[in-house]
Amino acid sequence: MEYILEMKDICKSFSGVKVLDRVSLSVKPGEVHALMGENGAGKSTLMKILMGIYKMDSGSILIGGEAVTVSGPKDAISKGISMIHQELNPVLDMEVAENIFIGRERVKTVAGKLKLVDKASMREETEELFRDMNISINPKAVMRYLSVAETQLVEIVKAISLKSKIVIMDEPTSAITEKEVLVLFEQIKRLKEQGVAIIYISHKMDEIFKIADQITVLRDGALAGSGAAAELDGDKLISMMVGREIKQVYPKEATEILDVVLEVQELNRGKKVKDVSFRLHGGEVLGIAGLVGSGRSELVETIFGIRPATSGKIFVKGQAVTIRHPKEAIAHKIAMITEDRKQTGLNLKTSVEQNISLVSIKKLSRAGIIDKGQESEAADRYIKSLNIKTHSRKAPIISLSGGNQQKVVLAKWLLSEPDIIIFDEPTRGIDVGAKRDIYLLIGELAKQGKGIIVISSEMPEVMGISDRILVMSEGAVAGELNRDEFSQEAIMNYASARGGKKS
Amino acid sequence: MSERLGDGRIKWRDNVREFGILIAFVLIVAILMVISPDAFAQPKNLIGIVKQASINGILACGMMFVILSGGIDLSVGSTIALAGVMAAHFAHPDTYPLIVPILVALLVGLAVGLVNGLGVAYGGIPPFIITLATMTAVRGVALIASGGSPVYNLSDSFNGLASGFIPGTIVPILAVYFLIIILVSGFILTKTVFGRRIYTIGGNDVAAKVSGINVKRMRLSVYAISGVLAGFAGVLLASRTISGSPTAGQGYELDAIAAVIIGGISMSGGAGKWYGTLIGALLLAVLANGLDILNVSSNYQMVIKGAIIAIAVLVDIRGKARNE
Repeated sequence: MEYILEMKDICKSFSGVKVLDRVSLSVKPGEVHALMGENGAGKSTLMKILMGIYKMDSGSILIGGEAVTVSGPKDAISKGISMIHQELNPVLDMEVAENIFIGRERVKTVAGKLKLVDKASMREETEELFRDMNISINPKAVMRYLSVAETQLVEIVKAISLKSKIVIMDEPTSAITEKEVLVLFEQIKRLKEQGVAIIYISHKMDEIFKIADQITVLRDGALAGSGAAAELDGDKLISMMVGREIKQVYPKEATEILDVVLEVQELNRGKKVKDVSFRLHGGEVLGIAGLVGSGRSELVETIFGIRPATSGKIFVKGQAVTIRHPKEAIAHKIAMITEDRKQTGLNLKTSVEQNISLVSIKKLSRAGIIDKGQESEAADRYIKSLNIKTHSRKAPIISLSGGNQQKVVLAKWLLSEPDIIIFDEPTRGIDVGAKRDIYLLIGELAKQGKGIIVISSEMPEVMGISDRILVMSEGAVAGELNRDEFSQEAIMNYASARGGKKS
Repeated sequence: MSERLGDGRIKWRDNVREFGILIAFVLIVAILMVISPDAFAQPKNLIGIVKQASINGILACGMMFVILSGGIDLSVGSTIALAGVMAAHFAHPDTYPLIVPILVALLVGLAVGLVNGLGVAYGGIPPFIITLATMTAVRGVALIASGGSPVYNLSDSFNGLASGFIPGTIVPILAVYFLIIILVSGFILTKTVFGRRIYTIGGNDVAAKVSGINVKRMRLSVYAISGVLAGFAGVLLASRTISGSPTAGQGYELDAIAAVIIGGISMSGGAGKWYGTLIGALLLAVLANGLDILNVSSNYQMVIKGAIIAIAVLVDIRGKARNE
């Protein structure tokens, strides 16, 4: 038995879109196998298939040389596979020990028959585990009062305590500090010695080279390369991860860069926005790149007043302004197309028309009474100019396709006639045609002299449409690149910097 | 499941929810007209129905604002009692002008509404919980303020508030209050920016905030409206019963919620038409009256009312499932 786990030619499509295309992964016992790739490359999907959360369309999974079908997470655990998820979902009001033993509670038999949960033995076992791993968390503590890092540690202990043969770690260090990372790496070393295989998903280069034996890179749902860590270096990895050619054409035109329209000075908000300063000019498209969780969305949400800043200054056209609520941002002619149109952009219970007029309804009314004629006229105007495909302005928004819904969000903000427009992942989940329409529109708006900020996780996109790119890492601006300096490697280098500094 | 066409057209079945209740109402009235022309179809009986619908209807208007915003107000029944008791204290003959007890009742209602609204909007307390708390506490205050027994001896002008007719007609004044309030509510909800924003926060409060709406202040307003209308209903009930009773209005909140729900307003907020509430309130009154006429015992009446509420919500949920 050479490999403990073999995944062969795994294919998976979601509603017709191929997200995994004949991907294979082989892991030996006692090996740390790093799985890398950009956001959306298919790492998580592959692991969810292994855990039985998704069903593969074709391919095979072999554990210890034997073909298996994994029907769900519980089945996976019984087959010796456990996973530490990136998004934590502990039961907040239970204590630490109970969380560790969730689904496999220790019981004691009372009066011959009655089976009761044995809290004392769960606490004892937890304490032992913690002592073994040099972790100082009280097993009796209620989960809710733990820090994110502690919660993450509990999840790690839980996965280890399952005594699995294969442990999947999905960005286990995204929420923990340097010191806790050392605890984790110590544990990984011990697991290796016990012959446990570890599949380690991370974006952080320094970590990967510290602990990985083998590295597999995915790109766009396909295998981009695999090899021993010793034979690879950072540059090789990055080019494997982002090596695709830019196929789409980005219709970028040169625009005249005007005066500064927005300036941010040492803006702070919690751990996700740390001392951020930058300037945005009229006619300029400023891209913000960085990994998921690097604080990009939090930064623009802070500027827009969704979560007001704790300190720092914001200037709009040279004037110092206070923005503590989106309505104040809107009053200063700022617009924000949020990342998730269903959660934060649209009122799905109403029509196309009422969504378009959402922000500017006051302008379309007199003495508090809505001028329906003006409202309809505005809706029709934007349906036409943005080429929104809808039966009528009265159609329920929910009946439109994703791309057209996104255009309604754009219409809503354009109607407010903003000078500064923030786009947070404007093309996520929409088709190529609608994407191009949105790129064209961004270019058009820049030409009109508006200042534009675009957050994007798609590197070709952010490079294709920006005049300048800020790269964020761990809440801080890690670097700034001008158009002639753009390269995926340069962005990646800044993005994977720890503590906002280039490593 | 109705199939959705790509260009935004939807099939007529999506409108069933809106018209279904009207059809049901017309059917019930028609059936009663046919089987009991002597009792049901008499002007006096019909006036009775309208009167019965009015106080609940006024409460339901306030409830409609709250439910459309995505909340619920359980405190209105208790507010009726406290407003009635406090109004009665100022309505003894030859003491204060008529306007004083009315204003007192409205202020009592406003106060309860503000407590609810502040709790929900600024305290982050779930609407069900905070209004359950005020429902209990306000009932207690009503009992304290009245010494535990109804306040009697009210002026004729006060007693006349709810019992009169429009001069020269058989239209009860109570129905006029209801009609004015429902029409104003309808106007606010369909024609004004304020009304539109109530739908928006009920539809998606995060998107509402991002779009510049002061969601907290909107929430405060809807509970204030509900409270004031409950205060007004308290005056009318006290006038009708010629006393301010601390035990008045028990269970009225549930009838008001029932009227709104039967009227097709989405329990999760953001969708529904104002006239649904009008029909819902009338339907409940017609049903109670008709079942009385048909000699159905009140025990069975409760079962039927319950079934109708359940069916109305079922239709609502199916409507939503189609949308997702």
